[in-house]
Amino acid sequence: MRYSAFQILKEGLTGNKGWKKIWREPEPKTEYDIIIVGGGGHGLATAHYLAKEHGITNVAVLEKGWLGSGNIGRNTTIIRSNYLLPGNEPFYELSLKLWEGLEQDFNYNAMVSQRGILNLAHSDAQRDAYTRRGNAMHMAGADAQLLDANGVKKLCPFLNFDNARFPIKGGLWQPRGGTVRHDAVAWGYAHGADSRGVDIIQNCEVTGFQMNNGQCEGVHTSKGSIKAKKVAVCVAGSSSRVMEQAGLRLPIESHVLQAFVSEGLKPVIPGVVTFGAGHFYVSQSDKGGLVFGGDIDGYNSYAQRGNLPVVEDVCEGGVALMPMIGRARLLRTWGGVMDMSMDGSPFIDKTSIPGLYFNGGWCYGGFKATPASGWCYAHLLATDNPHPTASQMRLDRFITGRMMDEKGMGAQPNLH
Amino acid sequence: MIIEHPLLGPRDAAEFVYLGDASLIHRPSKDDTNAAVAFLEYQYLRDNPAGLHRELWYHEQGDRSWLVVTRNTVTHEITDVQLAKDVARSEGRSR
Repeated sequence: MRYSAFQILKEGLTGNKGWKKIWREPEPKTEYDIIIVGGGGHGLATAHYLAKEHGITNVAVLEKGWLGSGNIGRNTTIIRSNYLLPGNEPFYELSLKLWEGLEQDFNYNAMVSQRGILNLAHSDAQRDAYTRRGNAMHMAGADAQLLDANGVKKLCPFLNFDNARFPIKGGLWQPRGGTVRHDAVAWGYAHGADSRGVDIIQNCEVTGFQMNNGQCEGVHTSKGSIKAKKVAVCVAGSSSRVMEQAGLRLPIESHVLQAFVSEGLKPVIPGVVTFGAGHFYVSQSDKGGLVFGGDIDGYNSYAQRGNLPVVEDVCEGGVALMPMIGRARLLRTWGGVMDMSMDGSPFIDKTSIPGLYFNGGWCYGGFKATPASGWCYAHLLATDNPHPTASQMRLDRFITGRMMDEKGMGAQPNLH
Repeated sequence: MIIEHPLLGPRDAAEFVYLGDASLIHRPSKDDTNAAVAFLEYQYLRDNPAGLHRELWYHEQGDRSWLVVTRNTVTHEITDVQLAKDVARSEGRSR
């Protein structure tokens, strides 16, 4: 079924009885060309682009739980391309360009809202660093404007500009950044992939890999064994657990990141604002709730929930930045499990096992990367060559010395 | 989370700094025959289990001791805490 204004009008006049399910619920076949392990945003995007851009439709997406039950439904929905390093920035700018055409591409309303993202600078050194970052963004074709304190005041007059310790000196403003309705991204990609013949199989947990002479030839699942020419793992958050079944150790630790939403408030925050002196970022949802977050809890966790010290820390950052929210009440908090990699950058690569591919290590930046991750992973799976924008996201970069450490923290995952 | 410090009793985890897997106690030697691979595995690769995990915590805002905490990464339940010094010695380190 195609969604259109005409379809809404027609269904509205005929009692909305003609809407069909967004994707089928097929039983798995015995063999596929490509099996994608993980039905989150990245896996579904990979399936969509495999079918649409490469014409490969004999594909199954296997999801342990229900579709989109992982981090695609747990993030803070921000899209942006304000990275620095040459191995990252062109990739995230590709992603932002794909976000801009996404709804037409997969024929689904994902509420892409480019309201801008503002990174605040609180010292001269930080402003210099943002100048450099803005230049790096321009070189990759992204948009970036350096604002002085007055420029920030025009956008966000409610901020605490005269904080004695962290005065706001300016900021880096990316107007094309914004937010997207995250669940609709999963549903839209599922719709796009399914309508082209991809089988999306839910409640189907992968319990092992079929190995033959050191080659991966399929998977064992809770719904039986399925053969495949290529197996593409895409399970960020659980990467180590899944790849362990193939005997691989990864440069990844799993950490919990908490997110928060306040009660509904009148529209006040124009786009996304990030505090440069602590770790706090905030946007406002269409329902009015402030959606915000900060640091990861900092210890290995698969719990999908965090602890109170980080709740306190994030709320302190928020009140330091915008004292007006001190009276707002917290409505909900939740946690998601992140693949924290050893240099803070992700992986889209072949593994040492022929037939087995890996996508993961997204740290807490996976949501914005969803379209480009799917695009580049599909390219790798279809051509066996890395996509030019993802050519440095390799698993072997720690032995070759080509790390991509945006924050310069070294091999300490809880600091990235 | 409350960490039962072997010397100081129950302490809030917020007083500690987290380092990671307790296998970091066993740094390879540069004289090993395959030292490059050994250091790659030591520095960059992790078991990252879902379940019991032995890990290093540093009591920065306390007595500055290093602890080996055994904690369940699925439930956050802490089942064992020892001084890292004692663990290192019992596992063959000289100090």
